[in-house]
Amino acid sequence: MTLSAIDWAIMLVYLVFVLGIGVVVKRHTRSSEDFFLAGRALPAWVCGLAFISANLGAQEVIGMAASGAKYGIATSHFYWVGAIPAMVFVGVFMMPFYYGSRARSVPEYLRLRFDEKTRALNAVSFAVMTVFSSGVSMYAMAKLLQTLKLLDAPLAALGLPAAWAFHLSILASACIVLAYTFLGGLTSAIYNEVLQFFLIVAGFLPLVLLGLADVGGWSGLKARLPDGFAHSWQGMGSASTNPMGVEWFGMVMGLGFVLSFGYWCTDFLVVQRAMAAHSISAARRTPLIAALPKMVFPFLVILPGLIAVALPAPSAPPTLQAGDVATPRVQSGIVPPKLDESGRPVVDKNGKVQLDYDLAIPQMLLHYLPPGLLGLGLTALLASFMSGMAGNVTAFNTVWTYDIYQSYIRPQASDEHYLWMGRMATVFGIGLSVLAAYVATRFNNIMDMLQLVFAFVNAPVFATFLLGMFWKRATGHGAFTGLVAGTVAAALHHGLTLPSGAEAGVKGGWLGMVESYPSEMAQNFWTAILAWSVCFAVTIAVSLITAPRAESELVGLVYSLTQRPAEDDLPWFERPAPLGGIVLALTLVLNVVFW
Amino acid sequence: MGLDIRLPIGLMFGVLGAMLVAYGLVADPAIYQRSLGLNVNFGWGLALLAFGGAMFHFGRRAGKARTA
Repeated sequence: MTLSAIDWAIMLVYLVFVLGIGVVVKRHTRSSEDFFLAGRALPAWVCGLAFISANLGAQEVIGMAASGAKYGIATSHFYWVGAIPAMVFVGVFMMPFYYGSRARSVPEYLRLRFDEKTRALNAVSFAVMTVFSSGVSMYAMAKLLQTLKLLDAPLAALGLPAAWAFHLSILASACIVLAYTFLGGLTSAIYNEVLQFFLIVAGFLPLVLLGLADVGGWSGLKARLPDGFAHSWQGMGSASTNPMGVEWFGMVMGLGFVLSFGYWCTDFLVVQRAMAAHSISAARRTPLIAALPKMVFPFLVILPGLIAVALPAPSAPPTLQAGDVATPRVQSGIVPPKLDESGRPVVDKNGKVQLDYDLAIPQMLLHYLPPGLLGLGLTALLASFMSGMAGNVTAFNTVWTYDIYQSYIRPQASDEHYLWMGRMATVFGIGLSVLAAYVATRFNNIMDMLQLVFAFVNAPVFATFLLGMFWKRATGHGAFTGLVAGTVAAALHHGLTLPSGAEAGVKGGWLGMVESYPSEMAQNFWTAILAWSVCFAVTIAVSLITAPRAESELVGLVYSLTQRPAEDDLPWFERPAPLGGIVLALTLVLNVVFW
Repeated sequence: MGLDIRLPIGLMFGVLGAMLVAYGLVADPAIYQRSLGLNVNFGWGLALLAFGGAMFHFGRRAGKARTA
């Protein structure tokens, strides 16, 4: 694919603004609180948009469209079940403790509420995880740019081999994100996330509108989709009657409760955005404001995937395919087949051609957008990638500096020193991510295994926070033992089960076979459910036999011992509870409409 | 905070909108075969221009209110 001058110009304008924001914000970044917490001075709507933008990495945009193309509108469960309820919960019930305790990070809350070891466990695993996930997303983006051959023309003009596209993408993205987070810290990252939010909407909305007009609106789209693709709940009664291979209980409990609450309510990457708000009520409103656009995001990111499969397959080989390989046709729309190293389509055991669903969004961009808007669409894709990466980087430098460096390495230094450390952490955090991205190119299995380990560590976390915030009897020993037990349970469950059709190994079954699941998704959800339940039970059991902390020490950290924040002076639309109610009611309506 | 984020957002979308409108006026209409024959550059450019203008306006107004 070659781009026109106008496309490059649009990208350039975006870059100028991204870096410009970093430079301007730097002038106001004087203390470590400015750098790590944006001075706790931002309005709720800014934090709210950053809250979803940080989560909206390229993997989300590309992955949700891919999932839409693969499973249909049921992908919306990841939003309407797997995000919104948890976002309402964190805003209404949990934010008073995060913000009100004056903890500077989620691990620090764990130290205040429980003890040092629980914090250390959470801080270290979180820091490692953020570095790896930003490395993995960097890798995914570079791979995509390489597949699209976006950089081939400029590289050829410079006399460099096309194989450098990968290195160039990694280097450029690392440098840009580094520049603006290094300069302005969290404020700069949040401001850019807001900018990126609007850019993502501006880039993808024309795509959806054109696509819908082309296939004849929603009803025209429905008529062209494979069976079951137009419904989110129909067929969820049993794993065998829906394309995801999950039954409703596993979906609601595993995704909707354990995984979703574990992410939205405890992951510092998102919670940090709310902690940057200027007041406790703004912090509580942050996830609720974020929930409104999040609710309609399926239309922006899942619909393009649906439209991509609904379109008639092109008769000529699509532009993205290397070589003129004759490919057997499946119901694929404009989604191209997956190609192996030699440019031949990949087929599975039954001889069925595997589709490269991750190319659904890029193919749609190419299909509908002329030069000009194409540049805007690609810039939106780049923006989504950078916002996701900056989210990881700012969360990493904060947890590293406050929870690891200040706590265990150099406790009594000056504020300037920690500000300096934060900037250094940004540099080596991004350096490590680049390293991780290259490890991913060489050893795909290592990355898969690491992600698996992270999933085991993350699965039980929400049980710890739930008990910590709402049960004053929960103790540090209980929390720590619960977390470890939950992680072990997740690993054991994964080792003893296997999705049907998969081979024992990184997909599970490495300890033997006890149970088979209809799909990988079902296995993941049930691993999470088990890990959560074990952590919950063990935390309670161990807490009951260990000494509780004095109630006076837990004021502001536990629900029953904390005064409700006064909000009588606020108009109803700024109060968390009514806002949360509205958000939930609207989500219910969406679920019913797309039943 | 020192910088109201609405100002750079307004400016950026203003510039991007103006670029798309201008390109929409001069570009060869044949490129719109992809976009169902619609000059989407011009149309969407106008929309972005309006959005950028509104953002900039509100950012400026808030800034004035603060200094006044």
